[in-house]
Amino acid sequence: MKETAIPEALGGESFELEAQEGWLSWVASVDHKKIGIMYLFSALIFFLVAGVLALVMRIQLAVPGNHFLSPAVYNQIFTMHGTTMIFLVVVPALIGFANYLVPLMIGARDMAFPRLNALGFWVQIFGGVMLYFSFATSGVNGGAPAVGWFSYAPLSETAFSYGPGVDYWVLGLLGIGVGTLTAGINLITTTICMRAPGMSIRRLPLFVWMTLITGFLIVAVMPIFNAGLVMLLIDRLLNGHFFRADTGGSAVLWQHFFWAFGHPEVYIMVLPAFGMISEIVPVFSGKPIYGYDFVAASTVAIAFLSMTVWAHHMFAVGLGHAFDLFFGITSMAIAVPTGVKIFNWTATMYQGRVRFTTSMMFAVGFLLMFTIGGLSGVAFAVVPIDWQLTDSYFVVAHFHYVLFGGTAFAVFGGAYYWFPKMSGRMLDERWGKVHFWLTLIGFNLTFMIQHVLGMFGMPRRVFTYPALPGWETMNMISTIGAFILGFSVLIFLVNVVLSLRGGKVAGDNPWGAWTLEWATTSPPPEENFERVPPIHGRRPLWDLAHPDRTDEMMMKLAG
Amino acid sequence: MPGPYTVNAFTLAPASPQAAAISQLFVGTLIFLGAILALITFLVIYALIRYRDRPGAPEAQQNFGSRKLELLWTAVPILSLAVLTGLMFRTMIVSDPPTADAKPDLRIVAHQWWWEIYYLKSGVVTANEIHIPVGKRLLVDFRSADVIHDFWAPDLGRKIDIVPGHPNRLWIEADRGGTYLGACAEFCGNEHAWMRFLVIADPPGEFAAWLKEQANVPPKPATADEQLGAKIYRERICTNCHLTGVGPDLTHVASRRTLGAGAVENSPANLAAWLHDPNDFKPGSNMPNFKLSDDEVRALVAYLETQK
Repeated sequence: MKETAIPEALGGESFELEAQEGWLSWVASVDHKKIGIMYLFSALIFFLVAGVLALVMRIQLAVPGNHFLSPAVYNQIFTMHGTTMIFLVVVPALIGFANYLVPLMIGARDMAFPRLNALGFWVQIFGGVMLYFSFATSGVNGGAPAVGWFSYAPLSETAFSYGPGVDYWVLGLLGIGVGTLTAGINLITTTICMRAPGMSIRRLPLFVWMTLITGFLIVAVMPIFNAGLVMLLIDRLLNGHFFRADTGGSAVLWQHFFWAFGHPEVYIMVLPAFGMISEIVPVFSGKPIYGYDFVAASTVAIAFLSMTVWAHHMFAVGLGHAFDLFFGITSMAIAVPTGVKIFNWTATMYQGRVRFTTSMMFAVGFLLMFTIGGLSGVAFAVVPIDWQLTDSYFVVAHFHYVLFGGTAFAVFGGAYYWFPKMSGRMLDERWGKVHFWLTLIGFNLTFMIQHVLGMFGMPRRVFTYPALPGWETMNMISTIGAFILGFSVLIFLVNVVLSLRGGKVAGDNPWGAWTLEWATTSPPPEENFERVPPIHGRRPLWDLAHPDRTDEMMMKLAG
Repeated sequence: MPGPYTVNAFTLAPASPQAAAISQLFVGTLIFLGAILALITFLVIYALIRYRDRPGAPEAQQNFGSRKLELLWTAVPILSLAVLTGLMFRTMIVSDPPTADAKPDLRIVAHQWWWEIYYLKSGVVTANEIHIPVGKRLLVDFRSADVIHDFWAPDLGRKIDIVPGHPNRLWIEADRGGTYLGACAEFCGNEHAWMRFLVIADPPGEFAAWLKEQANVPPKPATADEQLGAKIYRERICTNCHLTGVGPDLTHVASRRTLGAGAVENSPANLAAWLHDPNDFKPGSNMPNFKLSDDEVRALVAYLETQK
């Protein structure tokens, strides 16, 4: 009895699944690395789709009074572009990196709930496919949803959107929402319960700090959105009255539900990007991150504040000066912890030895582009400025500086940084630099001018516009920029394909980095580590390489 | 779009005290934020050049941070944002003065995709064109007939949402004469792009004359074409929409500058094309194509052109 198969069944070979081959080795996998890569791959596919939608929009807007698209089609396209980029590109890309990296960075074998992890990914894919299936609905009112990514009621109610598009939007996003929620739960549990011995909370790599906080934010706000979606579905399918003013509901209520989720969502989409920058900048500056405690603590501050600022999306609704003032002040306050991060990243480069790898260039690009987006965000916190500029092209420019100039630059930086770990091969640096410069130029050409268009009174979400002085030129510049940006993405794809086939072999630690993911092979074996190195500080691999001046010793010396 | 408009850069050309207050605050804020951007850009570029990796560059210093600096770059932003908050509060009151219990002068009802304007004191009803006297503040009461819209004339000041079940009020005024272009700024469905309007600020005398003209009954149709047009107008159930608020009131349609809420200039030729097929100018508009013959269109145009 005592020596029966129990220990063997738990730890022995008999418990192992049969090794799968071919596509089944991916689809049936519960390995966090494979799921992480699948998240990234699906995000890339949706990025290409939504990117093409963006180019189609820019063609339509290149000249005034264009007849390239009908308004009905244009409105579907901008709705799908926004919805896809947010829910199927940015969030999954960040969850993908978190999935791949968090267990490796904390010295764990896998995520806390591997099966839930796989479930979350596939539910999300299912939601995405459902959302896109709406294009296949036919009839006069068929087609994709045409209500914008925040789907304001009562436009999204059956009285004004009778086709099934919005139903697909709701059901698709519910699926995606459940997927994101499982990822949040998994990230929290993994980080709290699965750390290797010595990996205390205050030694976590900052990327893990940021994904931990992101996990809490997801768990806090995703249910609000899912509840709102269900209410909208009840209105639409069961003739409910939640958001219908004509039968006693409230159109403003939907906005509260949406933005109470929607603004924290912005931080869900940017905190992990902050985490990537906090890994990349120190490594290529040859220094530890400046002010670790402050970078981590400011993240917690941002997470709390992010739940108190939602109504700055509603300053134009007319809810009263006291209301607007409150949310204006909280929105300004959130700039402070964000600024702390910017200063710390900058200070990290000082007295360092900065290596200009493609990854570092994207990180520096992030630093400057995100600062522009952050500062125009401060302008929107100033209520009267928001009264003028909200729902204009100024706001389109602003959030693209945050989400593309910010998150996408960081994700590209992360891609160049961790691709060697994931594939075992380096991405080509020459192609990488071409990619970077084209992205920087294309991005700024597209979106910088949109600030001016907004100031000149161009509302967002218009399928065409009158030939007012200057508008034509400015829109043409933006369209040209968009095509340069689109071309830069092609360069990236070429780089990925070529490097996967014949890139330089990476080795365990090509960048001379210090966190645990670089202590194993590239790509890591299924169990991640043969042996986790001893952890006595925040940079275990630095300590190994410099036993005479470990972080612990140097911090003591510095007091 | 026809006619010479004021370029809609509220930052450059505010035409009311409300817009001027916002413009001032905006320019000040831009300078402040621009200075921060310049500082950060300088710090980053300097670090990149000064500390770049090159042969003979000193080894990276392993330092972990400084409490003093952290305190500095937390406290300074807090203080400057506190100042900005004070300025913001002052500007809020100037740019959106309290409406209290004042009686509204105008009611603007936003429809998918046009504007209906009631002059509450004289009973005049018009569409897509708001005439105001220069230098006089008018209180507007905003209602929505369907979904959420937003009233935005950048030269004149703040925008305001028009939410069903949530009436809003706003003072509008212009301190110099001119034609100001406005638009619906909240996505409201298919033809959101062509939901534009004009604010025409005239000297008080001209405004009074306009108002009087709008209150008059237009002349009776005289020629055969005009009479035929009037008949078609009645018989083709035009009034089912155009007298009930589903479509714009056409009593003085010929006096307006645009058709289709800014989609095209109001000229006899464009009116004829519009009647042939509204979808040409405004695809998806709620005005159906009545499949009118050329003769019917000619008669209708003749009739409608008398409606000044």
